[in-house]
Amino acid sequence: MRLIAHHILACHAKGCTSNNFPLKFSDVESQNAEAEFSPDFLKGFYPKIEWNVLITTAKEKFIKFGEVSLPEEQPNLEDLDEETLKKIHHVLLEIDVITGKMSCPNCGHIYPIMSGIPNMLLAEHEIA
Amino acid sequence: MSRPELQAPPEIYYDDTVAKKYTQNSRNQEIQAQMTYRALELLALPAGRPSYILDIGCGSGLSGEILEEEGHVWTGVDISPSMLEVALEREVEGDLFLQDIGQGLGFRPGTFDGAIRFVHTLDSYRYERLMLPVFSISVLQWLFNAETSHPTSSPPHRLSRFFTTLYAALKNPSRAVLQFYPSSDSQITMCSTIARRAGFGGGVIVDYPNSKKARKVFLCLFVGTGSYSGSTIAEEVPRGLEGDGEEGDMDIDEEGEVKFEKRRERERKRPSEKKKALKIRDKEWILKKKELYRKRGKEDVPKDSKYTGRKRRVAF
Ligand SMILES: C[S@@+](CC[C@H](N)C(=O)[O-])C[C@H]1O[C@@H](n2cnc3c(N)ncnc32)[C@H](O)[C@@H]1O
Ligand SMILES: [Zn+2]
Repeated sequence: MRLIAHHILACHAKGCTSNNFPLKFSDVESQNAEAEFSPDFLKGFYPKIEWNVLITTAKEKFIKFGEVSLPEEQPNLEDLDEETLKKIHHVLLEIDVITGKMSCPNCGHIYPIMSGIPNMLLAEHEIA
Repeated sequence: MSRPELQAPPEIYYDDTVAKKYTQNSRNQEIQAQMTYRALELLALPAGRPSYILDIGCGSGLSGEILEEEGHVWTGVDISPSMLEVALEREVEGDLFLQDIGQGLGFRPGTFDGAIRFVHTLDSYRYERLMLPVFSISVLQWLFNAETSHPTSSPPHRLSRFFTTLYAALKNPSRAVLQFYPSSDSQITMCSTIARRAGFGGGVIVDYPNSKKARKVFLCLFVGTGSYSGSTIAEEVPRGLEGDGEEGDMDIDEEGEVKFEKRRERERKRPSEKKKALKIRDKEWILKKKELYRKRGKEDVPKDSKYTGRKRRVAF
């Protein structure tokens, strides 16, 4: 799972409707993936980014996978230069989490990740 | 043979053998490809610009590969570990989740509200920023089977959970196109009623309604109204296709021709041009996937046998 997918995830366990994003990584192993750079795609996705979440996540867990020196404040879309776009591209689409856990900041539910695939299944009593 | 969804729950029915057969069957590939192109057409995405698409019940990624060719980035959810495993083996580019859509989707509700503060955003992006187009091929019929007597297992409950969480994740304006195989008209009614109750607009489209073989049912759901791909999302639902569906199968009309060319191109492309996948995934996945279901408390997961992982292309 790449960080772009993590970015749209939230806990969906019963009763967990607020403070349920972002899921917190632990015990992660990740790899660099390679994805085609598409400025058009990034610009389309750009406004969906929660900037703080993205850079905090990247810095906490994954910074070693690239020289990701993203600005603290999200630049305006029209101010984006290619260099910054490439960094965003790398963080969103080229950091691939292979194993680890994601836990909900609200209810603590743990979603394990194996072979790059998060297991979002809930037990019967956790289904809303 | 009765319909697959009457035989076993999806994660049991789509086991290793069926997942492989399903994916390799060229007739099936063709049909799923046709429906994928049709769903894309009904989604009416902004022209010439790649989107971020959610594929619900993505299976082994047959549709996903078409989305990739069209330049889109996608994310898929599926309940069958075997189908997802085939997707891994096929080195699809999309991110995958093991998820039962009847439990609700684990996507950030109101994901796209956060963007509102970017008031300087260029106009052409203003609407796309709120949009996660959704698409699903041949999946919804599976939600009509109750697995246990638990209240959260009933089809209405599962459908309602699915549509409610889907609606919440989308925000407005957006579209969701879901092709499925209803076993009766009452299933269509149930789907569209529950979708409407969840907040969706839109309706049902039936392609080739008079052909027993080619008839295809799509739910074409709208969230909100407003500009999207340059035009207004009217409340109007696109029209179904007439005829017997043959033009999709044979290369009679121009469109069919184009689609077939793409298909061939795709065959040629694979696997040499595909980006190197992370092989590390496969091995571990094979060993662990059944455990996932045992943990979840399912009794009917086949016990490990000497066949577990047999014939699987293991990396390294
Ligand atoms: C006929 S296959 C279609 C796969 C893919 N969409 C395609 O076009 O090739 C149906 C898929 O729906 C998935 N499915 C069924 N019920 C599901 C559920 N409750 N949650 C997620 N996926 C489900 C199955 O695992 C299977 O992969
Ligand atoms: Zn939670």
